[in-house]
Amino acid sequence: MAELPKKPFAWQKWVLGVVMVVGLIVSAQATGTNLPMFFQNFGQFTIIFQQMLAPDWSYTAYVIDPLIETIKMAILGTIIGSVLAFPYALLVARNIVTNKWVVGIFRFILNVIRTIPDLLLAAIFVAIVGIGPVAGVITLAIFTFGMVGKLFYEAVETIDEGPIEAIKAAGAGKLEIIRFAVIPQVSNYFVSYVLYAFEINVRASTVLGYLGAGGIGVFLQRALSQFRYDRVGLMVLVIFVVVLVIDYVSGKLREALI
Amino acid sequence: MKTSTLPDAPRAGRLKKWALWIVLILVIAWSFTGMPLLQIKDNAVEVAGAMFSGLIHPDWGYVWTGDGEDLVSTLLQTIAIAFIGTFISAIISLPFAFWAANTKHKNWLVSRSGKIILTAIRTFPEIVLALMFIKAVGPGAFAGVLAVGVHSVGMLAKLFSEAIENMDGGAGESVIAAGGNRLDVTMLASFPQLLPEFVSNTLYRFELAIRSASILGIIGAGGIGTPLIFAISARAWNRVGIILLGIILMVTLVDYVSGAIRKRLV
Repeated sequence: MAELPKKPFAWQKWVLGVVMVVGLIVSAQATGTNLPMFFQNFGQFTIIFQQMLAPDWSYTAYVIDPLIETIKMAILGTIIGSVLAFPYALLVARNIVTNKWVVGIFRFILNVIRTIPDLLLAAIFVAIVGIGPVAGVITLAIFTFGMVGKLFYEAVETIDEGPIEAIKAAGAGKLEIIRFAVIPQVSNYFVSYVLYAFEINVRASTVLGYLGAGGIGVFLQRALSQFRYDRVGLMVLVIFVVVLVIDYVSGKLREALI
Repeated sequence: MKTSTLPDAPRAGRLKKWALWIVLILVIAWSFTGMPLLQIKDNAVEVAGAMFSGLIHPDWGYVWTGDGEDLVSTLLQTIAIAFIGTFISAIISLPFAFWAANTKHKNWLVSRSGKIILTAIRTFPEIVLALMFIKAVGPGAFAGVLAVGVHSVGMLAKLFSEAIENMDGGAGESVIAAGGNRLDVTMLASFPQLLPEFVSNTLYRFELAIRSASILGIIGAGGIGTPLIFAISARAWNRVGIILLGIILMVTLVDYVSGAIRKRLV
């Protein structure tokens, strides 16, 4: 009977396994992870959860306005960020700008922006421009810029080069190439990415207010600090419904576009 | 010679396009209403300048002081929170993924209900979750671990379930054709196909967890966020500068390593 060939010794897998186990032990110590303690105090957690399950419906009227402000913040942040990201993406796309240095430096800046978490940006901009939705809009605009900028330039780099060569041969300049050979090929993707960013921004904008950056997060923070978990429960529920509706609408729009 | 003109675009298409543009402009105009765009703090420029000078003159003395509150220690703690939190969430995600995966042997309603629960978990704000865990286990990194561990399930289980849905059924059928039983199918066909995908998804989620873990400290759930928010409220911009540099470096490094491993996996 023929034997199956033996597997080569997979030392990489062993190394990975050991790194995992050591990492887990060290991390558990560094964070003071103590699961038994959590299960002992699980009652505390469920008490809060039970309170949240009985939402304070009378508070609904108060959260409508901040909710609308949240959506406005998300729309403005998405639009401003995307509008800025569009020329920037052309600047860092290798098939549009051939200068290696320009592409390298501006891509590095984009990557740095992408590493900063959204709430951290919010904390910084609340410190700079003061408490209010303006800090939220700036935060979301920068966050969108980083996210969409990368998606944009990747889309630009995958376009078909044929139309560019064709109109270059017909004597077109850089702007004409962008207008007639690049934009028609990428515009659908761009719109789809912007909608995707908008979905993420709606989720993000609901908590930015926790740091004073406007929207429903301000009320969330207030209710949490007053231990009004029934109100927190209501707001979580409202946010859930809004996110579902916006995801649905945006998903339908994206389907219609591509 | 006669110059020919291009034919116009079809009329219905043009009308639809114009209508969309008008709706978009109206929506944007509506968003500007009630926005106090000019209400910016008087000393905003001053603060921004101070912050910028703090960024280019970071407080190098804070990098390592040895008391466990310095930059390196808190950054390592942040990574630890993300690491163990993601590990916990990967374990919780497995049953949820099989629940939510829409495979042909299963009732449509079952997978639908699983997907709705995962959406609910994803939407539940991580900050609120962290505060609830702080109530249960006290402030500190452990609350952050639990928040990351539970919140990540929403996305990770969704990615897992998509991997299960996209699995190639052929391998399992061959195992059955060769006389294997259900356990053989799981061990020899499903598991080897799903594992690289699962590991890759988990690594991707780990990259995101690093970002969450570095902000959860803002509400007292451990990691680099705590010294950052203290530095911001004390207006110690040199310290804010060094912490920001530290976070940017950490996230870049983790993204790079995790991305390199993911590329080799799939």
